[in-house]
Amino acid sequence: MSIAKRIIPCLDVDRGRVVKGIQFVNLVDAGDPLEQAHVYNSEGADELVFLDITATHEGRGIMHDVVRQTAEQIFIPLTVGGGIRTLEDMWQMLHAGADKVAVNSAAIKNPGLISECAGAFGAQCVVIAIDMKRRTEGGWEIYTHGGRRPTGIDGLEWAKEAEERGAGELLVTSMDRDGTQIGYDLELLQALDELVQLPVIASGGAGTLEHLRDALLIGRAHAVLAASMFHFKQVTINQAKQFLHNAGITVRMT
Amino acid sequence: MITIIDYGIGNLRSIERAFQHVRPDVVRTDDPDLIRAADHLVLPGVGAFGACIQEVRQRGLEQPIMETVARQVPFIGICVGMQMLFESSSEQGMHTGLGLLKGSIKELRPSDPSLKIPHMGWNVVSPVKHNPLLSGLPADARCYFAHSFYASDVSPDNLVAVTDYGHPLPAIVAHNNIYGVQFHPEKSHDVGLRILANFATLA
Repeated sequence: MSIAKRIIPCLDVDRGRVVKGIQFVNLVDAGDPLEQAHVYNSEGADELVFLDITATHEGRGIMHDVVRQTAEQIFIPLTVGGGIRTLEDMWQMLHAGADKVAVNSAAIKNPGLISECAGAFGAQCVVIAIDMKRRTEGGWEIYTHGGRRPTGIDGLEWAKEAEERGAGELLVTSMDRDGTQIGYDLELLQALDELVQLPVIASGGAGTLEHLRDALLIGRAHAVLAASMFHFKQVTINQAKQFLHNAGITVRMT
Repeated sequence: MITIIDYGIGNLRSIERAFQHVRPDVVRTDDPDLIRAADHLVLPGVGAFGACIQEVRQRGLEQPIMETVARQVPFIGICVGMQMLFESSSEQGMHTGLGLLKGSIKELRPSDPSLKIPHMGWNVVSPVKHNPLLSGLPADARCYFAHSFYASDVSPDNLVAVTDYGHPLPAIVAHNNIYGVQFHPEKSHDVGLRILANFATLA
């Protein structure tokens, strides 16, 4: 008996609605966040991730309400990310009811924010989200601002630095795979597993149950994040857990 | 009244909400008189041990906690709250705990590199002895853990359940009316709610 690999549905939230795009564009409506959180909670999801993709100040207020309502009703961990720039932003999300907060662009701009947040709230609630794209010459480069802005920063080097600065977990999205449903970037996951001591959540590319299995077995990820395949009811969380269990992977069966 | 000690660190709404799910009368407070009046007392905790225990002491809550525990009121520490029940912690310097249980808090250092730190996720809570907190739980119940430090040198008499992370770690401890859980019952779905219900109905 050992720790279970986690299955984490991710909800991209724009102005209070769940949306899903392909490679960060072409957004379509995928439902009400609270309703979906309920379904995932009862289906046996191990955690939930809300990514706030609204850029506006008004949208931020809506997101706090969504988090507050969800945290009132769901008894599994909830991670919230998107637009977290300061210690104060993080504090507000934690006080709205998030258990962990994912920080992306702001940590790259100001790496000191990681140790600041970990010092204030504990490493266990600081998730560093990293969006990476393959370089033609090999390796991966970090992109920020919802995948629009290349940074020139090496993805693996940044992952290591985030660990050293006190992050509790890494949420790594392959932008080449995001929304494509052709499978996770397994080489990226393996490289991260060898490099860092932190749990890594794999994101970007899940389309089939085999993809989840491969990320956990071959990529050695500690958790898999998926959006499209669950939102559009291609598979349920239960089906995914059963499949992974049959493949010899330790999962939490409910 | 289930009294949750709110000493200003972390959001306690989840714990409050989870207890409300099992019993209607729940209060969050740092008022020493309300702590003394508790019939069930809860000590939560997230983040660093030193910051938590310092805040408890600065608010003058150690004395009311000790008095309440001494009159046999059921008392539970959750996560860092559980860790504070012990004598000391070596997280970022040496800190003294409440000393209600024998043992000290040490850093997790599994030798197996596939075991990442923090210990984060759903792990099996394996009973090592009977305890009312475990009533009605399935044999392979999983709870949600998120920690990098653990209780070491725990007296075997006080060890109720363990979880395996390279070696068996204390998951639930108990001594008379004093209980501690290393995981987050408020985030452990039906299993966690059952444990909280078991605590809330202790006489």
